[in-house]
Amino acid sequence: MTEPTDRTKASRRCFLSMTAGLAAAGAGVRAALADNAKNLPPNVPDWTRSLGAGVGTTPYGVPSKYEKDVIRRTVPWLTATPESSVAFTPLHELDGIITPNGLCFERHHGGIAEIDPHDYRLMLHGLVDKPLIFALEDIKRLPRVNKIYFLECAANSGMEWRGAQLNGCQYTHGMVHCVQYTGVPLKLLLEQAGLKPNAKWILAEGGDAAAMDRSIPLDKALDDCLIAYRMNGEMLRPEQGYPVRLVVPGWQGNVWVKWLRRLKVGDQPWYTREETSKYTDLLADGRARKFTYVMDAKSVITSPSPQAPLKQKGFTVISGLAWSGRGKVKRVDVSLDGGRNWRTARIDGPVFDKACVRFYAEIDWNGEPLLLQSRAMDETGYVQPTKESLRKIRGVNSIYHNNGIQTWSLKADGEVENVEVG
Amino acid sequence: MSKWVRLALPVALLLAMPALAQNKPRNYGIGHAATPAEIAGWDIDIRPDGQGAPPGHGSVKDGEKVYMDKCAACHGEFGESAGRWPQLAQGKGTLASGNPVKTVGSYFPYLSSVFDYVRRAMPFGDAQSLSNDELYAVVAYVLNLNDIVDDKFVLSKETWSQVKMPNANGFYDDDREKAEKAFWNANPCMKDCRGPVQITGHAAAVDVTPDDKAKKGGVE
Repeated sequence: MTEPTDRTKASRRCFLSMTAGLAAAGAGVRAALADNAKNLPPNVPDWTRSLGAGVGTTPYGVPSKYEKDVIRRTVPWLTATPESSVAFTPLHELDGIITPNGLCFERHHGGIAEIDPHDYRLMLHGLVDKPLIFALEDIKRLPRVNKIYFLECAANSGMEWRGAQLNGCQYTHGMVHCVQYTGVPLKLLLEQAGLKPNAKWILAEGGDAAAMDRSIPLDKALDDCLIAYRMNGEMLRPEQGYPVRLVVPGWQGNVWVKWLRRLKVGDQPWYTREETSKYTDLLADGRARKFTYVMDAKSVITSPSPQAPLKQKGFTVISGLAWSGRGKVKRVDVSLDGGRNWRTARIDGPVFDKACVRFYAEIDWNGEPLLLQSRAMDETGYVQPTKESLRKIRGVNSIYHNNGIQTWSLKADGEVENVEVG
Repeated sequence: MSKWVRLALPVALLLAMPALAQNKPRNYGIGHAATPAEIAGWDIDIRPDGQGAPPGHGSVKDGEKVYMDKCAACHGEFGESAGRWPQLAQGKGTLASGNPVKTVGSYFPYLSSVFDYVRRAMPFGDAQSLSNDELYAVVAYVLNLNDIVDDKFVLSKETWSQVKMPNANGFYDDDREKAEKAFWNANPCMKDCRGPVQITGHAAAVDVTPDDKAKKGGVE
């Protein structure tokens, strides 16, 4: 009984995805074209008549098969090899502030280490009274906290410095995610070893084939860093550093060392390759800023956006995401005319320190072309700058820390394009 | 002084004691002492001053052989890069140009930034496989490709400080809070904030989004 139905559904899906690009043209017409009348009232669909699958069919649940396009995506030409590359979060398909674990963007430098949790060890040494080694079970026995933080790669939007390049917020802004971490405050762990008086910096090192190493000032380590082993309640995903990663709230993703194997306390920074040759911001005069850890306030409209065009005229909810590495997001403004006039958006859901917030702006769209922008402000008074004003100070060579205001061109047919305005 | 005050003072001190005790971090007795041997196996980081550099040495000449065997396939025989892999040599004088080329010679500030990285992560896919002598040799060769050391140079802990990196002074601490102070603004403009808006660039015109016919460019 179910087989022919499935086939019908499959071909309907195929038809939908093929026509997705054109669908917007016929606002209001699409529903009549795509829907299968036998499932619509007054008819009673098969799923109402016959039993569904039993419990335990998928011991670890997965999304509906109709959500198969909600996936991380890569940009193959960006990198030489998938082991040192990036897969982007599909921001345009998500709402609220929490990113599902399987959709959190991936950035690895030596592939995904597969660590047996029984053989996991974290070494803590250097300028300490008592060097220590912790097993995973040791870390799990220590007092723990739960914190929601965003994590943004410093290179998020890095392809857009010279102009609009990638058509979709998944690609322009998808190197960010926001989850709840469970872990031990790094301060507490350091106290177990006892810091020497001249301790000033911490080196965090991964146990993967890149053995990523980054220097972190002691003040930050003692402030709000975590040794995390859970995300959204479950153990970290392998691609997020299973079983243990460093959480460095508000700071660039590269210092959130995954597969964390070692913490060394020192009295000066190490100037590793990742904090010199990479993750430094080259300015127009040929000199570069170093240790630019903090991610400035930033926002993006996730819908409508190039991968999420409008299909109907009339009432529309503009939805977006905002975050700041300097604290809480205080306000988000939205412009429909490319930044000439602004209205304050409604932030909905919780607002946490150094976490994503969700904002909405509700409009009645009469089909006229719009230039959509969003502008985040944080509790320090920082206002997300235009790309133009950012380039005036930074030039276009810095790769990292592009938090300029994004413009989406919404066209009369509902399609959306990534554009630059001047 | 009243009797009450004389009594109250020691009582207040007594009450304060548990609070003081709480300020001292608790030792949970969790985790085991790391032995020197355990630490030695993982303690591979190196600082600009050479702290952490292992014993051993390697010449430019020996490094050429290691490089040709293990590095050239990706980085190119002269460090010029094969495909999208990092370029290791040349690029001097390009940092302020429209096409900056960041290499060991043009960009890396310290010898340790290269050495520490090669020691932990190279060759790509066969990390931490080089002997200390091979490590010194191959780094010496990469320095030589960048004209930082001559053909006869032998790199070791002893010669470490002789290596002068051309872009050592090319970096300065994050100054955004000062240089970008204008971005802090309690009352950003809400109405008529700019003149007429023109679209000046289209992502569709660039045509590099996946699912389109991608062409190469962009960042690493």
